[in-house]
Amino acid sequence: MAMHSPPPDGIDRRPPGGVAIAITAEGLAKSFGTASAVVGIDLKVHPGELLALLGPSGSGKTTFLRLVAGLETPTAGRILFDNEDATRLTVGERRVGFVFQHYALFRHLNVAENIAYGLRARPRRLRPPDAEIRRRVADLLDLVQLSGLGKRYPTQLSGGQRQRVALARALAVEPRVLLLDEPFGALDAKVRRDLRRWLREVHDRTGHTTLFVTHDQEEALELADRVAIFNRGRIEQVGSADEILDRPATPFVASFVGEAVCLSVEGTGDTIRIGSHEVPSQGQKIVGPAELYVRPRDLVLADGAAGGIAARVVAVRRTGPARRAELTFADALPPVEIELPLGHPVAKGNVVPVRFTTLRVFPSGQDGGVT
Amino acid sequence: MHSSSAFSESPAVRWTLIAIAIGFLALFLVLPLIAVFAEALRRGIGMFLEAFAEPDTQAAIRLTLLVSAIAVPLNLVFGLAAAWAIAKFEFPGKSLLITLIDLPFSVSPVVSGLVYVLLFGAKGVLGPTLDDWDFKIIFAVPGIVLATIFVTFPFIARELIPLMQEQGTAEEEAALTLGASGFRTFLTVTLPNVRWALLYGVLLCNARAMGEFGAVSVVSGHIRGLTNTMPLHVEILYNEYNFVAAFAVASLLAALAFVTLGAKSFLEWRHGDALAATRRH
Amino acid sequence: MSVAVARGWTPTLRKPSALPGFGLTFGFAVTYLSLIVLIPLAVLVWRASGIGLEGIWHVATTPRVLAALQVSFFTSAAAALINAVFGVIVAWVLVRYDFPGKRLIDAAVDLPFALPTAVAGIALAALYATNGWIGSLFAPWGIKIAFTPYGILIALVFIGLPFVVRTVQPVLEDFDREVEEASATLGATRAQTIFRVILPALSPAILTGVAMAFARAVGEYGSVIFIAGNMPFVSEIAPLLIVTRLEEFDYSGAAAIATIMLAISFVALLVINGVQAYSRRRFGDA
Repeated sequence: MAMHSPPPDGIDRRPPGGVAIAITAEGLAKSFGTASAVVGIDLKVHPGELLALLGPSGSGKTTFLRLVAGLETPTAGRILFDNEDATRLTVGERRVGFVFQHYALFRHLNVAENIAYGLRARPRRLRPPDAEIRRRVADLLDLVQLSGLGKRYPTQLSGGQRQRVALARALAVEPRVLLLDEPFGALDAKVRRDLRRWLREVHDRTGHTTLFVTHDQEEALELADRVAIFNRGRIEQVGSADEILDRPATPFVASFVGEAVCLSVEGTGDTIRIGSHEVPSQGQKIVGPAELYVRPRDLVLADGAAGGIAARVVAVRRTGPARRAELTFADALPPVEIELPLGHPVAKGNVVPVRFTTLRVFPSGQDGGVT
Repeated sequence: MHSSSAFSESPAVRWTLIAIAIGFLALFLVLPLIAVFAEALRRGIGMFLEAFAEPDTQAAIRLTLLVSAIAVPLNLVFGLAAAWAIAKFEFPGKSLLITLIDLPFSVSPVVSGLVYVLLFGAKGVLGPTLDDWDFKIIFAVPGIVLATIFVTFPFIARELIPLMQEQGTAEEEAALTLGASGFRTFLTVTLPNVRWALLYGVLLCNARAMGEFGAVSVVSGHIRGLTNTMPLHVEILYNEYNFVAAFAVASLLAALAFVTLGAKSFLEWRHGDALAATRRH
Repeated sequence: MSVAVARGWTPTLRKPSALPGFGLTFGFAVTYLSLIVLIPLAVLVWRASGIGLEGIWHVATTPRVLAALQVSFFTSAAAALINAVFGVIVAWVLVRYDFPGKRLIDAAVDLPFALPTAVAGIALAALYATNGWIGSLFAPWGIKIAFTPYGILIALVFIGLPFVVRTVQPVLEDFDREVEEASATLGATRAQTIFRVILPALSPAILTGVAMAFARAVGEYGSVIFIAGNMPFVSEIAPLLIVTRLEEFDYSGAAAIATIMLAISFVALLVINGVQAYSRRRFGDA
């Protein structure tokens, strides 16, 4: 299921000096006792790529990240950093930068000491001289925009500041990859948005291959080069935001990403039957029962033109800058939503003709659905 | 949840540490306990039982029961009153009050007894007055009760205060809005919420009340059959080289400790959530 | 400190509340506290102030009192340090490892709280006497434990152990595993993680436990007198000297020594509060 496409914008982000490496997972599996957290994952992460791991809680995304970091030992499979087998390396030997959801800062050390911790923990012959450590700490404080706060203790910082310290601490050891586990999960909405943009900037400057776990779709789709959708310990699809949104590979992806309503429909080969209506199948040859996933933007009003099917307006709501109407195609089917311009005169009880711009339809019985 | 070599010690280190811990505890805690019973039974079960036939021993047991039967309920009432005032109301000086309640814990048992001697003893502040009334506190049962109350003073209060503070006042306020009287609210809402912590505190309080030695020793006067509690009786028998009897009485106290620890562990295991979140002795 | 809030015409010191019973419970608690604890302690202080600071100093510096205070102080400090090491190991093992009998071991830690001190005293004396199970192992080497200062040390280790274990244990239980993982991802070895991250984070709890064990040990009487031998200038502890003074009806002497001991426990209490206030400030309210 994993897709091996180049970065969508075609730019190789590998920075000079070869910091960025590729990460490859081959048949990676992990079970805790009898419970399987990760079932068998194949994934190739490109050098310098920013990849989001998105999925519902318990879908295995955090376990996968921890396997890459070496915080868990896989029950099967391999992890490659470039061409080197990293599976047997201990967490310390892997040289990963890991950022935890709850920061995991050392509370008895101040900000500068936190950042320097990894360097000072090195064996004497590999440890940079003190002046060098101080210089690097200052650079990193600069990078995370916390200059002057080196003497503060973690409890004296805000949540957003703490997470930036955590990132600086992870970067200090010159990691080969950067792994972030729900880095903004504990922060409020405003700070989240600011940090999101800032993380993208830091990534573009440092060029590390970066994996980050999130359950926030907006965050994943906006921030990442590609998104891997996790479900029940597997990856359902890996792709750019466009691919995930417009060409979901599985019913799960179609239902999990975006706000989709699922309708039970019938495929006839060339058409899809929705209640008593039929629409062209847009090239998808499906025969028999099927599921159709409808998002608000998948429908447009078909003002008199051909191919429109009649739908009854159940309710009209104002949501933010747009207006939304709930429509039904048949009494037995749940209502779907359509986005309308603000000035549109549609009212409850009207019957309007609509047309599908996108038709996301999967044969019934395929594994999927929101769990 | 997970254990991997990066975050836990090698099996060799782990088992060494476990061995050190168990060895240390066996040497310092378990062995003395075994020694008590071994010494008590050294001359056979007959001699062991004979110790309890002694009238003085029986008097000591009765006195110990009497003292804790007075001290524990009094401290229980105090604990409930103090916890209600401290946990359910805001007033200045609250933290000072909490500190003062803990004070007896940081006072040497001997000093705890001494203060009553200074107050009620023959050459004490109120000594002459008590003499006039022909009322004895020091070298008599009232002094023993007072000293016991002093050393067991904080036990119940400090179990209740943090728990009741954590529980807040919402449930009591709800009961009041439903028309319950203040006392009824206390009986039907507050008390059930703290019952396990209360029992826990009573257990610890009782164990200390029955086992207290230093404070009671100072005020008792060691009059056989009259002012000797069980621990004091153990001392007298021991100093008379009547080791079997001393350890026999001691084994009864050790059994009490056993029961206390068992009940305490059971409460922690079964009702851990219902006990105070801050568990510090 | 909250400000006094006027309620109607009656000024009251507490914030208004819908709950009844403040006056009754507060009044009872304070009265009982005063009668049982505060007034008797005040009498002690008053008695000691009767002989004045100079008098107390005079009592404290008589050779026998000085020797007893030194014995109490040094054996208590040594016992607290021994408990710091073994108490942390016991807490660590109980929190981090699984092994058969763990629940039993955990319960046994509280034994010194539950076992009457006199019982512990005679049991330890029997064990460590030259003909006891343990004492007889050392006797052939010419090492005497019971009836020497080492015996005092043994008794004080016994009564102090739970303080360290029970203060360190909950802090270790709440310790965030992510912090250890963070240290590991930064390349630290297990030993570095333990000594640079975990132990420093535990140090306020360890210090508190040690101070509590020390304070308890300085005042301990029951478990010590049976095993100490009670030789003046060698193995006589300060609490025993108070009892001796009382038996001689030397109330002032007893009060003076008691005051010095109160001062020592007061300092220990200050240390405990200071450590806790510091760690709350530095580490947040954990």
